[in-house]
Amino acid sequence: MPTLEAYTLTSALGRGLRATLSALQERRSGLRPCDFEDADLPTWIGRVEGVEDVRLPDALQAYACRNNQLAWLGLQQDDFIEAVQAARRRFGARRIGVFIGTTTSGIREAETAYRHRDPHSGVLPDTFRYRTTHNGFSCTDFVRQTLGLRGPAQAVLTACSSSAKAFAVAQRFMQMNLCDAAVVGGVDSLCLTTLYGFHALQLLSSQPCRPWDAWRDGLSIGEAAGFALLYRNPSQHTAIRLLGYGESLDAHHITSPHPQGAGAVLAMQRALQSAGLTPQDIDFISLHGTATPANDAIEDQAVHRLFGDRPPCASTKGWTGHTLGAAGIAAVVLACLGLEQGLLPGTLNTREVDPALRVALQLENRPDTPRRVLVNAFGFGGNNCSLLLGKPAC
Amino acid sequence: MLSCHLAGIGLRAPGLSGWAESRAVLVGHETYRETAMPAVPEQSLLARNTVRRTTYTIRLTLQVAEEAMNAAAMPNAELASVFACSGGDASALDQIFNALTLPDRPVSPNQFNNSVHNAPAGYWSIATQSHHPSTSLSAYDGSFSAGLLEALGLLTTLRQAVLLIAYDVPPPPPLWVHRPIAAPYAVALLLTPKPAATHLGRLHLALAHGQAESRLEEVGLERLRGGNPAARSLPLLQIIARGRENRVVLPYLTDTLLSVRHQPC
Repeated sequence: MPTLEAYTLTSALGRGLRATLSALQERRSGLRPCDFEDADLPTWIGRVEGVEDVRLPDALQAYACRNNQLAWLGLQQDDFIEAVQAARRRFGARRIGVFIGTTTSGIREAETAYRHRDPHSGVLPDTFRYRTTHNGFSCTDFVRQTLGLRGPAQAVLTACSSSAKAFAVAQRFMQMNLCDAAVVGGVDSLCLTTLYGFHALQLLSSQPCRPWDAWRDGLSIGEAAGFALLYRNPSQHTAIRLLGYGESLDAHHITSPHPQGAGAVLAMQRALQSAGLTPQDIDFISLHGTATPANDAIEDQAVHRLFGDRPPCASTKGWTGHTLGAAGIAAVVLACLGLEQGLLPGTLNTREVDPALRVALQLENRPDTPRRVLVNAFGFGGNNCSLLLGKPAC
Repeated sequence: MLSCHLAGIGLRAPGLSGWAESRAVLVGHETYRETAMPAVPEQSLLARNTVRRTTYTIRLTLQVAEEAMNAAAMPNAELASVFACSGGDASALDQIFNALTLPDRPVSPNQFNNSVHNAPAGYWSIATQSHHPSTSLSAYDGSFSAGLLEALGLLTTLRQAVLLIAYDVPPPPPLWVHRPIAAPYAVALLLTPKPAATHLGRLHLALAHGQAESRLEEVGLERLRGGNPAARSLPLLQIIARGRENRVVLPYLTDTLLSVRHQPC
C-alpha cells in the first residue's frame, strides 16, 4: 500500500496545514451565514476566502474558474509543488498519475453563461469554455498541466466518496504497474447548482451543521481543495501509509442510504480486510457525519455494528462544511494531522449528542496520537469508500 | 501485461442496435445506415415506477448493461462496475441551469439527482443488487480508455468480473455549441479474470505514446467515432467482430494513448 509523502488542505479553515491546525486548536469553525454571490438561502456555508481573486498564470488562463482557482490555491500550500517536483525527478513525469475527485467541477461557469444567454437565440456567450472549466475532467487536467505530469489520469466522479476513492484508484494503478507515484485529492467549489439542489432536497441546515446532535437538521455546504502525493514505495520511513481501503455500493436507493447501513458496513469491513486488521486495531474513526438526521443515524448503526462504542469517533463537517467531492481528502488530511501532530479534531457545533446514537462521539479535540485511523466517505447513489491510514511500523 | 477476458458486449448507437445486430456492419458485410434511435431506450432491469424518474442517458446505460449481462449469463449481483462518461447528464444540467435563471431558482430535486455523474451507477446497482465497488469517471475524449484501465484495475485487484459502461449523449442546444457530441452512443463490456462460458476472446492493454490513433474506413462509422467520446471504442469493437488477432490504438490523454490487442479464443 502506498505512503503519503506530502499532503495539503485548503478549506474554510484556512490555506494550508498551519492555518488549518490553528483553526482546530482555537476551535474556530469555517462556517458562516451564506454569502456566496447572490445565493439567497437561509443556510451556512464553508467558503474559502479570496478564491475569486486568484489569477492563474497566462498559460493556464483557459482553465480560469472558481474550481480551478481553488485547486491552484490549494497546490501552492505546504511545499506541495516542490514535493511533486522531487517525485518527478525521481520517477519521471510519465510514471506519476493524477486522480482528482469532484462533483461539480467548474459548472459555476455554465451557470453564469446561462444567465448571460442571448435573449433571442438562447446562445451562450463566446467566453464560455466548456472543456477547461465545466467538464468533470477539467480539474484533473488542470492539476496535471500545472504540475507537468504525464502519467495516467482520470476524474473520479462518485459524488461525496470521490476523493476517498481517488486513493483506491491510485493504488490500483500502482498495482497494475502503470505508475510509481500519484497525486490524488479532491476539489469542489461553491456553486448555485449545489446550493439550490440541496435546498430543493431539503437537506440544508439553517444553522452551522451539528453532526450527531439530537437537533441536527441538515448539512452545511463547504468548498475545499486537498491533495496528497502517494508513493508506491516509501521514500521516508516515517511517512503515513494507506493501510487499506474498502469500496461498496448500497444498491438500495438513489439518495437514501440503506436503512441498516449495509453498504457502509461492507466498505469498512473491506478496508479492514485489505489491511489485514480487525476492528480492535482502529484507534479513531473520522465519520462521514454530514449532520442530516437519516445519514448520521445510519452511519451510527453501521459503525456501532463493527466497532461497538469503543473507538473515539468524530465528524469534520462542523469545521469545514460538507465539501462533497473534496470531503474524503479533507477528512484524510485532518486525520493525518492527528497521526503526525497529535491533534484529533472533535465534532464542532454539536451541543447535545443524540441519545439514540451509540458510537463514542467526541465533541472535544483529542491530544492523541492514534496509530490507525479509519476515514469514511459515503456518497450519493449509495457509493461508499472507507480508507485506513496509519503510521509505519503498525 | 494487463489482460482480461471478454464475456459479453452491449451496444447502442444510431444504426447499431445491439452487438449481434451490429457485427455485420462493423466487419463491412452490411452497409452502415445511421438510423435514428428510439426516443425511449428499452430496458427491463428497473421497475417502471423507478424508471419514470430517470433520464434518457440513464436508460441508455441500463439498456447496454442489460445486453452485456444477458450475453454473459453471469449473476449480475457479482459484478463490479465502471461508468465512463465524458460529460455526465447534460440534459439534467441544462434544466438546472435554466431553473437557476428564474425567480426563486426552482431547481427540481429529481433533476438534481439525475445530474450527478454517478446517477446511472446508482440506478444500475439498485437493478442488479451489486454491492461491489463501482467507479464513475471522466477523462474527456479519452473516457473510454480511462474506463477500460479502471476496469482492469478493479479486475486485477479484486479478481472478479467487471462491467464497463461507456456512454455519452449529445447535450441540449446551448451546451451543444460548446460540446458538439454528434449522436448518442453507449457500449458495455463485461470483463472477466478467467474465460467465461461465453468467451469473446482476450484483451491485452498497454499505454502507448507517439502512435497514430486507429480509425475506421467506413465514413459514417468514422464520423460516429469522432463525434462521441464513447464511440472511440469502435475500432476495438471492429477487431473483436472480425475475430482475427489484431491491435488498435485508442485515444486516452492528450499525450498518451492506449494500445489494446484482441486475441480471439
